[in-house]
Amino acid sequence: MDNAAQGLRDVPQPYSPYGSVRLESDSYPVVWADARCGARHYRRSVTVIATESLSKRFPRVTALDRLSVDIGPGVTGLVGANGAGKSTLIKILLGLSPATEGRAQVLGLDVATHGGDIRERVGYMPEHDCLPPDVSATEFVVHMARMSGLPPTAARERTADTLRHVGLYEERYRPIGGYSTGMKQRVKLAQALVHDPQLVFLDEPTNGLDPVGRDEMLGLIRRVHTDFGISVLVTSHLLGELERTCDHVVVIDGGQLLRSSSTSDFTQTMATLAVEVTDSDEHPDGTAVLRTRLTERGIKLHARVEEGLPGAGHVLLVEATGEETYDIVRDTVAELGLGLVRMEQRRHHIAEVFRADDQQRPVPQQVDAQAPFASAAQRGGGSRDGS
Amino acid sequence: MTAADTRRPDGAQTRIHNIGYRSYDGSRLGRAYARRSLYSQSLRGTYGLGRSAKSKVLPMILFAVMCVPAAIVVAVAVQTKMTDLPLDYTRYAITTQAVIGLFLAAQAPQSVSRDLRFRTVPLYFSRPIERGDYVTAKYAAMASALFILTASPLVVLYLGSLLAKMDFADQTAGFAQGLVSVALLSLLFAGLGLVMAALTPRRGFGVAAVIAVLTISYGAVSTVQAIADVQGSTGAVPWLGLFSPITLIDGVQTAFLGATSAFPGGHGPGTGTGAIYLLVVLALIAGSYAALMRRYRKVGL
Repeated sequence: MDNAAQGLRDVPQPYSPYGSVRLESDSYPVVWADARCGARHYRRSVTVIATESLSKRFPRVTALDRLSVDIGPGVTGLVGANGAGKSTLIKILLGLSPATEGRAQVLGLDVATHGGDIRERVGYMPEHDCLPPDVSATEFVVHMARMSGLPPTAARERTADTLRHVGLYEERYRPIGGYSTGMKQRVKLAQALVHDPQLVFLDEPTNGLDPVGRDEMLGLIRRVHTDFGISVLVTSHLLGELERTCDHVVVIDGGQLLRSSSTSDFTQTMATLAVEVTDSDEHPDGTAVLRTRLTERGIKLHARVEEGLPGAGHVLLVEATGEETYDIVRDTVAELGLGLVRMEQRRHHIAEVFRADDQQRPVPQQVDAQAPFASAAQRGGGSRDGS
Repeated sequence: MTAADTRRPDGAQTRIHNIGYRSYDGSRLGRAYARRSLYSQSLRGTYGLGRSAKSKVLPMILFAVMCVPAAIVVAVAVQTKMTDLPLDYTRYAITTQAVIGLFLAAQAPQSVSRDLRFRTVPLYFSRPIERGDYVTAKYAAMASALFILTASPLVVLYLGSLLAKMDFADQTAGFAQGLVSVALLSLLFAGLGLVMAALTPRRGFGVAAVIAVLTISYGAVSTVQAIADVQGSTGAVPWLGLFSPITLIDGVQTAFLGATSAFPGGHGPGTGTGAIYLLVVLALIAGSYAALMRRYRKVGL
């Protein structure tokens, strides 16, 4: 895909530890070289996943509709609402379900003919629970390693290593039944990584996690690529999450490709803070007073306030230039004696991209279509709440 | 002296590093190995090995219950200096069918329902092994577990008969016939048990279904056979035996493996009817395999 290549080329240097190499002869001209584990990436293919007008039709529904997308190494987010075709795509890419038409390659192998070889080289973390409660994490992951073809000794060593990397220590000898959701997610991730795949498919890895667990999981996913050198395809319906984790985002909707480009295309370098304050007797319109005071202090405010959100009129969008912005906002609010309802990081630009896309399509209920994306952006920055 | 201070003779300092992520460049043994691993894991699992102490209790008790009568028979035979065992090799499994049924009912759901219930199956199928490998490994493991359960007492009987200096050729032939019979029984029972267990992710239903099918079919068949025998229609007795797993095995071994039939009045099938018995047994084994394959087509990912 041209725009995919475009996206890769446009990654600004400070954003990634990669250098890009241009090959004159190549129509897909970007080779990514990981500074730290370069050899590993060169050993691996340049295009990790490539689909060509891939379609999957069931008797009643079309799950994928002529989807053509190229995905390079790195962390790639696959976004779409429920039923957008994310899981179907993963199934096809694992070689478990034949496509109705079109072709797909994973790590340079055709999914229709080399399913087994692909599954030996990739890992898969399902969305749903998949852990038996009566065995320990160690036993389970060792068994799964052997199912991937690792000899017994290697399976045990890799299990110990992998569980440590995902952050499970002493508890790994206890039955999984007693684990918290966060720990279970880590075991699920460990079983996908234990055979050192070249690529992992993570299906909604942050499902059911609290904000802290979510952050930890996202950090872990980032590390899977930067430290382990494993490419990642991670699905989510929360955009805010993916923009923090991914190099590249692919959006599908109704089985069709909506957009595929690098994350930096979506987001701005500058983070935006959403600030909401209460009114007080002294200042009947707290928002207006805060706006004036902040402007006096040289803080830049975005003129436009997000529309379509509840209480949008009371939200100030403050441009955060650094940590000190948080302090200034806090101090100003305190001086005015207002109540700070929320102050959260909001890189909402990614959401606006889809908003624009939504508007191009004849969607009758525009506000409803926007709502999930807007709330996604909010939740992504949710950990800043109340700081 | 701490680890950090340790100096090697050449002066280089030894430190403890966080070695970070290590990639794996060793061998990957592929599908056949994964299938073997799944087989051995499942087989061990049926006897509770590699599982909690609690799950070892039932299979081990049942194993003991199978073997102890054989040991008693042997002890009696040796003590009283019999020239032949009081119990045929082929008869042993028929006599202890309740124990075999209980073992199957407990372990078949353990083997397959767990993977369905906790949705572990997709993890298998996202790896090199395929549906056929999974089904084959589970089937083979269950059949092997039943074979171990049913053949072990025969081994005890055989060793005992040799100790008692019974006729070697006679005993060996009987032992071999017994082994063939229990092998067939293991395959048949494993297939039926796994199919019933794989239909439901609920372990309890699986247990109940297996027990119900085995006991009800046997109870019904033997009752009707007894009535037929009493009423003089002895020709019907062998045909009725086709409708229950254990009587099927009985029929096959009566016809081909020199066993005396346990049917009422001893009216076992002859060679002609026996061939039908054998065909039905083989068809059921193949059918069970096919049914399992079909079942797992649906539960892929």
